[in-house]
Amino acid sequence: MTALATALPGENVHITTDPYTEPFWQAAKEDRLVAAKCAGCGTFRMPPTPFCPNCQSREVEWAQLAGRAVVYSFSVVHGFPGLPDITLVAAVLELPDAPGARLVSNVIDVDPAQVRIGDEVEVLFSPIAEGWKLPLFRPAG
Amino acid sequence: MRATSDVAIVGVGATEYYRRGQSWPRTITELAGSAILAACEDAGLTAKDIDGFAYYSGAGAGYGQSMDTADFMETLGIPEVTFTAALTSGGGGAAGSIGLARAAIVAGDANVVVTVMALQQARQRLGSVFAAVPPSPLNSFIQPSGLSGPGHLMSVLTRRHMHDYGTRREAFAEIALSQRENAANRPKALKKEPLTRADYFNARMIAEPLCLYDFCLETDGAVAVITTSADRAKDLKQKPVPVVAAAHGGRREWGRAFGWMGMPGENFASSGHAPVAKHLYQRAGVGPADIDVALLYDHFSPMVLMQLEDYGFCAKGEGGEFVESGAIRYKGGSIPVNTHGGQLSEAYIIGMTHIKEGVEQMRGTAINQVPDAELALVSGGPAALPVSGLILGRDS
Ligand SMILES: [Zn+2]
Repeated sequence: MTALATALPGENVHITTDPYTEPFWQAAKEDRLVAAKCAGCGTFRMPPTPFCPNCQSREVEWAQLAGRAVVYSFSVVHGFPGLPDITLVAAVLELPDAPGARLVSNVIDVDPAQVRIGDEVEVLFSPIAEGWKLPLFRPAG
Repeated sequence: MRATSDVAIVGVGATEYYRRGQSWPRTITELAGSAILAACEDAGLTAKDIDGFAYYSGAGAGYGQSMDTADFMETLGIPEVTFTAALTSGGGGAAGSIGLARAAIVAGDANVVVTVMALQQARQRLGSVFAAVPPSPLNSFIQPSGLSGPGHLMSVLTRRHMHDYGTRREAFAEIALSQRENAANRPKALKKEPLTRADYFNARMIAEPLCLYDFCLETDGAVAVITTSADRAKDLKQKPVPVVAAAHGGRREWGRAFGWMGMPGENFASSGHAPVAKHLYQRAGVGPADIDVALLYDHFSPMVLMQLEDYGFCAKGEGGEFVESGAIRYKGGSIPVNTHGGQLSEAYIIGMTHIKEGVEQMRGTAINQVPDAELALVSGGPAALPVSGLILGRDS
């Protein structure tokens, strides 16, 4: 039996925010996946940044996403400093309702050998340090 | 039509190469200073002749340590400098640092310019550097995933290359095996014992699809290179090695590279070097068919394959087949790659061993000399921008 892919223990995961990224994390606290969308031209960007790279506007709309994603690429990571036995599927995910933006996260609860590019996954939110939550993904039901 | 060269490399020097952490209690300043003095002696110059420094990686020495021109002046007795500058970002600028030296010399800002890199990994392993840095607002979008080092991020690019083009691990094995073979007869190489295909495929997986032998060595040491004007070079000890062209930079599509995964498809499964290659060949007035030996930054074996594509030695997507055909072998290959064993088998000094090997190939004194080689390509690391390339020539 292969070990199922997991995520780093929540208490080991620390994030920091700035005014441009904070709304993403505040939404995650409420179990909502959002993406920064330029209010001028509609271009999505991830991570959130001060300017739209397409039209340089500073105006942002926070688009609510459905929480579905598609695996664009991934790595099966064996071990992490201090956690030599952990197996992680670290994935680059495309977001169908935020075209052009990609999110880096983990696919969990899956046999790593079964993961394929193109797999559909869905979000869940997992507690991490300092009261934040991290969006993770599992195979879509 | 080849461009004429206004500057030349006239000296190279290196310390011993050490396994990670083994150079202590030597310090970064001692390692770098030893390499600089060795490069001066190689050139027939003294430290008092140095008047410029052209670094890369922001004058960093690996991660978390740095080099300082004033320290070198004080400790080596360099009386005055008139130029000291660094390319931004990391190992991507290795080859381009020689272009920075050239810019200073052509502008008349300095005459004898040192490029140096020293590395000592007693405190922080590069392999886990992204896990060790404090969280920032931007890396909070990647650090939690467990992509803890540069190779972990490159493994994601590699997976996509395999998916898009049918690239096989056999190709990565061929890169590791051929470079190990090239290191076998090199006195200073850290890994000389033969590497077999079975060793490769039985190795521990670190970040699939990458295994232990896809990752470069973790080493300590220093390498220095001295560049001066073509005129001054004529009177020195060594046969000058003309700098035919240098380029650094890159496009937004490759982008932040290590911290951003939004690259469009063709750029995602790439080394980010295609735009630099284009400028480099234009400036040199040559193409990939004119290159006789390629010293390609090999922090991770698949990135060698992707550079072979981006520098035009084969078509985009055909790197796997090209490598598997034996094309990069020193013996029998059409474009010998990393004849010194590279960072996978000789030593990892963040790109400097490639410049040293390029110089020796163009002098005609390399241990694994490519017969009659007239042009050498040297690259900096596929990494955060700038990335860079360098073409060295043979003095006529
Ligand atoms: Zn916009």
